[in-house]
Amino acid sequence: MSKVETRAIAEDLVVVPLRHYGLWIGTAAALAILALIVKALATNPAFDWPTVGKYLFHASIMRGLAQTLLLTVTIMVLAIIIGTVVAIMRLSPSRILNAFASAYIWFFRGAPALIQLIFWFNLSLIVREISLTLPFIGTIFTVKTNDVMTPFVAAVVALSLHEAGYMAEIVRAGIKSVPGGQTEAAGSLGMNHRLILRRITLPQAMRFIVPPTGNETINLLKTTSLVTMIAVNDLLYAAQSIYARTFETIPLLIVVAFWYLFVVTILSICQHYIEQYYGRSDQQAGAARGILHRAFKIGRVAQPA
Amino acid sequence: MTSRAENQSRFGVPQDSMVFAQGVRKSFGTLEVLKGIDLNVPSGSVACIIGPSGSGKSTFLRCINHLEEVSGGVLLVDGEFVGYDLRNGKLYEVRNDLLCKRRADIGMVFQSFNLFSHMTVLENLIEAPIMVKGMPRGEARDKAHALLERVGLADKATCYPRQLSGGQQQRVAIARALAMNPKVLLFDEPTSALDPELVGEVLLVMRDLAESGMTMVVVTHEIGFAREVGDQLIFMDRGVVEERGAPRDMIANPQSPRTREFLSRVL
Repeated sequence: MSKVETRAIAEDLVVVPLRHYGLWIGTAAALAILALIVKALATNPAFDWPTVGKYLFHASIMRGLAQTLLLTVTIMVLAIIIGTVVAIMRLSPSRILNAFASAYIWFFRGAPALIQLIFWFNLSLIVREISLTLPFIGTIFTVKTNDVMTPFVAAVVALSLHEAGYMAEIVRAGIKSVPGGQTEAAGSLGMNHRLILRRITLPQAMRFIVPPTGNETINLLKTTSLVTMIAVNDLLYAAQSIYARTFETIPLLIVVAFWYLFVVTILSICQHYIEQYYGRSDQQAGAARGILHRAFKIGRVAQPA
Repeated sequence: MTSRAENQSRFGVPQDSMVFAQGVRKSFGTLEVLKGIDLNVPSGSVACIIGPSGSGKSTFLRCINHLEEVSGGVLLVDGEFVGYDLRNGKLYEVRNDLLCKRRADIGMVFQSFNLFSHMTVLENLIEAPIMVKGMPRGEARDKAHALLERVGLADKATCYPRQLSGGQQQRVAIARALAMNPKVLLFDEPTSALDPELVGEVLLVMRDLAESGMTMVVVTHEIGFAREVGDQLIFMDRGVVEERGAPRDMIANPQSPRTREFLSRVL
């Protein structure tokens, strides 16, 4: 075939796209299942939507939600602080500090959260009193363990120590992800250790620390529902106390799920903006997209190369 | 007597010396990488160091600004030890802030550029002048823009490093080092990580610097650059200086068989 002929054919021919029959069948099946779910939700009386509406903004549900949020924020802040300290210990040249940090992570990350929670709540079985005694001065104060270790305190202590085990590994991985050349270049410009950590290493480590920390926060929000086991008045506990009286179990569980999903959605959007802030050096000019796309990656499946 | 004058009389350092090395040794564990290096780089001159990989040339360069500690010998920059103070015949390790202050006077350009990837080009240039020298922000910015003009990247101030080519990144790295007004600039194989067509633009900036009287120590594989720009050429092999001399003579007529073999492979 001559070159001229080839060109002529290429101009005339119509491209017929490949038909993806499997894709069509799959889509049809998904739509059918969706329709069934919607029908069940709408028609099954057990969902009892009027009751869901009645309790959605109920005062005790709101108090429970506030308690859940307070727990999540307090525990996460403590976990980030403890985790960063443990991470720096793990990266230190001292073998003792290193071993101590490794043991911490091994234990507090390894033992189940629920067991740690019940353990701290029952601390008074091991230690009856907590007191500070100094030599030559005597006892400064003494308190009964049961007075200090309220359900809320037990929840904060147990879950922040547990969460710090995860955070320590996240922070350590973040710091290690920054190439050594960055530290050397900063050193050759006369910057000292503290300046290098604050201005060069940590800002670059944040790009690796933020996404998993966001996941941990979302995870923790839901893990706090474990505290119902030790009678902390959180969102789930509030719902349980209502349906224990009224037997409207399913509607109240829907209320609880709604609020968890609502908070998770807000957190995801916040996480996205924080990631964008620390990843701004990766951006190509004109890469900005609509908020829906940025928050949920909706709008386009394939990225152009 | 200043410590500089004391060092000069004690070690016989020439008056105009910027970098002075005498019997510099360096070991990593049992492996001796530098086995007694002597070197004098007069102020305003360019010394080029060539040699096969593993010959210790990069290690020697890193010793000059104390990124590596020397294991023995004397290594002075502008008449002073970088990491130590000589008092009563003993070398006292200096405190970290003083080491940082001395390092600020020694610029370094790395093979892999090492630009701060989370900062724009301009932020890369003004970071150390502001944070280390306490220069006012406006002054640092003016100076940075002037330096970017000099390396031909005036329009790239707001770019992030990964948006630049390798050659552009290396020119920014040179400008960043210059922003500290260093007494001497160290180059660690500045063109080895570049695509061949980008090597020229970096060498052009380095040549311009040399002509302006900057003292430079350049570890390189660019024999052409060494011949054209270098005031002295040092061939290092297995931790010793195998041969040294005027670049043109040495390249045209190497004395040592090892130098001859190396040059025949890279030319």
